[in-house]
Amino acid sequence: MRPLEYRRAEDPRRAVTAVAGRPGAMFLGAGTNLVDHLKLGVARPDLLVDVSHLPYDKIEPRPGGGLRIGAAVRNSDLAAHPLVRQHYPVLAQALLSGASPQLRNLATTAGNLLQRTRCPYFQDVTTPCNKREPGTGCSALEGYNREHAVLGASEHCVAVHPSDMAVALTVLDAEVRVLGSGGERTIPITELYRLPGDRPDRDTVLKHGDLITAVDLPGLPMAAHSAYRKVRERASYAFALVSVAAAVQVRDGAITDARVAFGGLAHKPWRAYRAEEALRGVRVSAAPGDTLAEATTAAPIAAGGAASTGENAGGTSTVEDLRAAADAELADARPLAHNAFKIPMARNTFVAVLRGLLREEGATR
Amino acid sequence: MTETIRARAMGRPLERLDGRDKVVGQAPYAYEQQVTDPLYLHPVQAVIARGRINAIDTADAESLPGVVTVLTHLNAPRLTGDGDGDDRELWVLQSDEVHFRGQFIGVVVAETSEIARHAADLVRVEYERWPHDVELSADRDDLYAPDKVNAGHDTDTDVGDVAAALADAPVVVDHTYRTPMEYNNPMEPHATVAVWDAGGLTMYDSTQGVHVVRQRLAPLFGLDPGHVRVVAPHVGGGFGSKGAPHAHNVLAGLAAQVTGGRPVKLAVTRQQMFSVVGHRTPTIQRIGLGAETDGRLTALVHEVVEHTSRIVEYAEQTAVVSRMMYAAPNRRTRHRLAALDVPVPFWMRAPGEAPGAFALEVAMDELAVACGLDPVELRIRNEPDVDPESGRPFSGRRMSECLREGARRFGWESRDPTPAARLRDGWLEGTGVAASVYPRIMQTGNRAWVRYGPDGRYEVGIGAVDIGTGTWTALTQIAADALEVPVEEVRLRIGDTDLPEAAVAGGSGGLSAWGSAVVGAARAFREKFGRHPSAGDEATGTAPESPAAEDFSMYSFGAQFAHVRVHADTGEIRVPRMLGVFTVGRVVNPRTARSQFVGAMTMGLSMALHEEAVLDPRFGHVVNHDLATYHIATHADVQDVDAIWLDEEDPRSNPMGIRGIGEIGIVGAAAAVANAVHHATGVRVRDLPITPDKLFH
Repeated sequence: MRPLEYRRAEDPRRAVTAVAGRPGAMFLGAGTNLVDHLKLGVARPDLLVDVSHLPYDKIEPRPGGGLRIGAAVRNSDLAAHPLVRQHYPVLAQALLSGASPQLRNLATTAGNLLQRTRCPYFQDVTTPCNKREPGTGCSALEGYNREHAVLGASEHCVAVHPSDMAVALTVLDAEVRVLGSGGERTIPITELYRLPGDRPDRDTVLKHGDLITAVDLPGLPMAAHSAYRKVRERASYAFALVSVAAAVQVRDGAITDARVAFGGLAHKPWRAYRAEEALRGVRVSAAPGDTLAEATTAAPIAAGGAASTGENAGGTSTVEDLRAAADAELADARPLAHNAFKIPMARNTFVAVLRGLLREEGATR
Repeated sequence: MTETIRARAMGRPLERLDGRDKVVGQAPYAYEQQVTDPLYLHPVQAVIARGRINAIDTADAESLPGVVTVLTHLNAPRLTGDGDGDDRELWVLQSDEVHFRGQFIGVVVAETSEIARHAADLVRVEYERWPHDVELSADRDDLYAPDKVNAGHDTDTDVGDVAAALADAPVVVDHTYRTPMEYNNPMEPHATVAVWDAGGLTMYDSTQGVHVVRQRLAPLFGLDPGHVRVVAPHVGGGFGSKGAPHAHNVLAGLAAQVTGGRPVKLAVTRQQMFSVVGHRTPTIQRIGLGAETDGRLTALVHEVVEHTSRIVEYAEQTAVVSRMMYAAPNRRTRHRLAALDVPVPFWMRAPGEAPGAFALEVAMDELAVACGLDPVELRIRNEPDVDPESGRPFSGRRMSECLREGARRFGWESRDPTPAARLRDGWLEGTGVAASVYPRIMQTGNRAWVRYGPDGRYEVGIGAVDIGTGTWTALTQIAADALEVPVEEVRLRIGDTDLPEAAVAGGSGGLSAWGSAVVGAARAFREKFGRHPSAGDEATGTAPESPAAEDFSMYSFGAQFAHVRVHADTGEIRVPRMLGVFTVGRVVNPRTARSQFVGAMTMGLSMALHEEAVLDPRFGHVVNHDLATYHIATHADVQDVDAIWLDEEDPRSNPMGIRGIGEIGIVGAAAAVANAVHHATGVRVRDLPITPDKLFH
């Protein structure tokens, strides 16, 4: 760890100027990821501008619906907020599935968005990594890549984005408000993150000195029927092997709108547009409360989406449609040596989350 | 049989005597020891797995303000001896050779830990890289048989004609099981504070044995043992990894020689622990079971392939469990090693028994399925009358009782053996059982003293340590009963080489060894001074002889039951319930004992589902070298874990009637979980850890 200068930001514009004008400067939020990187030598800034005390700690309803979430709002406060719980359950669930209570009490909204991959080679300065040191090579490509990407990866980087919250924000069509040298602008969250391509060192489209000030959630009635499911080996304190965020709207026995995003599969939260398209118009079986109750697959865990147990014709048909929607999205998935399981796991999780939402939908009608 | 002491304090669930100090932060661990004007160390580690250091440039590091010096093989003080045998792990900064990635090749001495860490980053090293090899496989052509395996066991055993028995057996189960490289991760990482002055070397160390540290380090530093003092009043866990000094101790001892008497402090980081403080070898185990159709074993083969480091041979005794566990008339066990360019493996809770019993006890479950027998009944049918290995009677073998009592409490009798038949709320449910065993180990050479103080209390001294197991409390209870006084009248002193010689807290034998010496000292004291001593009276004693040890085979036993749920869509595995029933001789303190059992079972749960160090063959390092990526069970993974024990004492073992409890809880725990996963899903996973991907078909 190298000595560095620390400044507490007085106001947003001066903070932006301070960082923008110095290549080695970085913003510091809660530091739950950055401080680790300082110790590991992964990040080597010469100036940290602490923005965690700037007046971005509010969650406010927006005129015309929706919420504005300040960049410095702590993850635990956001997850517990009544409006979030009521109107955007997917977001509350995603937040609560992340990290540990201690970290959530500290971590900020903007910091969560900008946390970096947990690829072990990225975090180990003694091994090559194109994301950390462009041009050195990707150690994970031919190495230990069990937790790595199956969608949208490149030969230069197969890392995945670690945030749960960002996956939820992706299905909510959130917008990220950014203050930069040129003033304020908004970036749809679906355009914030990059695929690695040949520049895996760049996680996002943000420019040096851009400061996230807030995240705007649109008023989205269907988000009240939303859910987040994170699959991981331990019950807590682990990153997603696969996660699914979804919201669904049903009218007259058919899905009229759906939003789905995957986590754990790609360099960014993966909005499943193709799956969404396939879901529109899917007929929901007459008695979904009964037929959708069983697990997706028969035992043992069936990677191919084998026949479901105990379902009537209508339920089976819906499940088959859900599976087809998942497959439409996952058709381009390309597994690495150790992560082929992610594809059936993602398909099964997708189906399970959608079934859960449809069952809920059925029960409330 | 020695005369046992009467249990008055023993058996009572006394609260930890050191509990308050720990909670309020007044119990000093090694790094927190108050020393005057200390300097701080940060090691420099090799980033190649094998080769030679061509050049090492410390100029930038040394020019950093606050850096006192940087030691490398070029300028470090010389160690004494020839650096052979086990000393090769401790032969730090004595040559330019690199034997494994992460090896210490230098150390920065600085005014603050931050400066030391920064400076370590500035050391530039040029290597001559040699090809390295860290990949274990069963078909390597360089596997060899070590002379002995850990704890002095024979490498191979052959009884009867295994090949013929297997060929004739109507039922045969023959499979390969694998356990990964695993790491001890005690709450307190290894740390040491060293002071080198005119009086010699003083080391405040996080260790499982102060005397073993002195014994190993004194000759290396060319010091008389009397000039080395090691102090460890409180230790935050060890699990074997602190059972002997490692390279960081030597590094601190070297650095302390060049600071003009200023103390040096070295805290090993969590990441560094994955290179320098030992690990459990990965194992590849073939188990072959031959049985009659009624489940009675006719043959048992247990052949193990594992690794060791090239510099120090450590041969885990993985197959020894199969030598005494079941009454199979024909038995063969083998241990074969591959010497690789890996860090030195070492003890990890129940070395040998933990990985060995995983393989054996999953194989027994497979045999139960093959025979259409209940796995509890199968084990009871194969209970031997005497130790199959030695032919001696057991001092106590109540494994059938453990199995039956556990089955009763677990609701086992209503179990439908059909696999993959219980789907509830999207989760497949199953239950599993496995047997546990751990030898009673009696370490010799322990002494203790008893002094009568002016305050009317008995001071009892021995160089034992409390690694979080409860020694402060349990040994006080033993001392009180040995002296036939209330515990309030005993003041224990441990954790210091100024106290009489004591064995390491290991092999589940710490309390047996130390307690026996305390009993010897108490008897000597009473013989000399009677019931009414005067202030200042003092007597020293050693453990009484235990001739029965020659005539009996002494082991603790247990049965473990696990209930698992496997998510039918995702393969996630959760363990809502574990129950262990143990027979371990007397339990000195039910409160701390329960903590040991439950803790070890939790470690077994962690072994079953989570723990796996991944070696990258290209670099030779453990890729997942921190607690975010090397998964151990979290609180959320540990639900209803309970342990009970049969009421007993084993007077043949020692005057307390105890056999030791620290390790048996991990033995069989992973197998019970694995067997439950099979029952839940129908999928037999033979390589740990059992992760969701292994359940996808």
